[in-house]
Amino acid sequence: MSVVSPLNRVLGLGSAKDGVEHWWAQRLTAVALLPLGLWLVAASIGLDDFGYASVVEWMQAPMNSVLLLLTMLALTYHSALGVQMVIEDYVGAKGLKIALLMLITFAHLAVAVTGVFAILKVAFGAAA
Amino acid sequence: MDRVERPLSPHLQIYRPQITSVLSIVHRATGVTLSLGVLLLAYWLIAAASGEQAYDQAQQLLSGGWLKILYAGLAFCFFYHLANGVRHLIWDLGLGLEPEQYQASGWAVIVFAAAATAAYSLLVIV
Repeated sequence: MSVVSPLNRVLGLGSAKDGVEHWWAQRLTAVALLPLGLWLVAASIGLDDFGYASVVEWMQAPMNSVLLLLTMLALTYHSALGVQMVIEDYVGAKGLKIALLMLITFAHLAVAVTGVFAILKVAFGAAA
Repeated sequence: MDRVERPLSPHLQIYRPQITSVLSIVHRATGVTLSLGVLLLAYWLIAAASGEQAYDQAQQLLSGGWLKILYAGLAFCFFYHLANGVRHLIWDLGLGLEPEQYQASGWAVIVFAAAATAAYSLLVIV
């Protein structure tokens, strides 16, 4: 027995060829975060101290600025997808679910913009 | 129409926890916790962008002794989510799906996360 609906069989359209974006983006950002996450952790080990001067000097090194930007973007994207999934799975009430989904989307965008802006401001700022 | 109170199928409280189900829910829990960690990271970055005085204030706020427990916890979440994430990616390739394989990889994730958290805590947090 075919699972294709009679209408679809007549139209011969097959699948819509989409629907895997969420799954794919989650994997893509996961793979990106393997090296980026390990880099950030390694950097925190390598930093002499967490004082203002050493942190700003580290952030201003061009390669560090770029890697920080990539990490922040991958983190917030991956996080948004993951939290979205958790809400969709565990929040039953429809109104609450929609409100939470909007809230976490706004929150992740805000965090991403905040992080990116901060990194760029330090990167382009005067030397500490 | 009135809802009939039918018996629900056996749920979480009746199933014996297994390594697969426990590691799966811990993956989600660590993921959500790390999302809050990203918030902390953004706060730290914006403090650095707000000048030395603001950064020093933030640093004072963030370097309380008892907060070290929080950082060790976040480190565990990171290493666990990373290792178990790799496990998921390998499953996506269709590999490691035999019971003895996913049980072994599950224990490997636990051991790695514990060891890496201990090492990182000693190196950076303490």
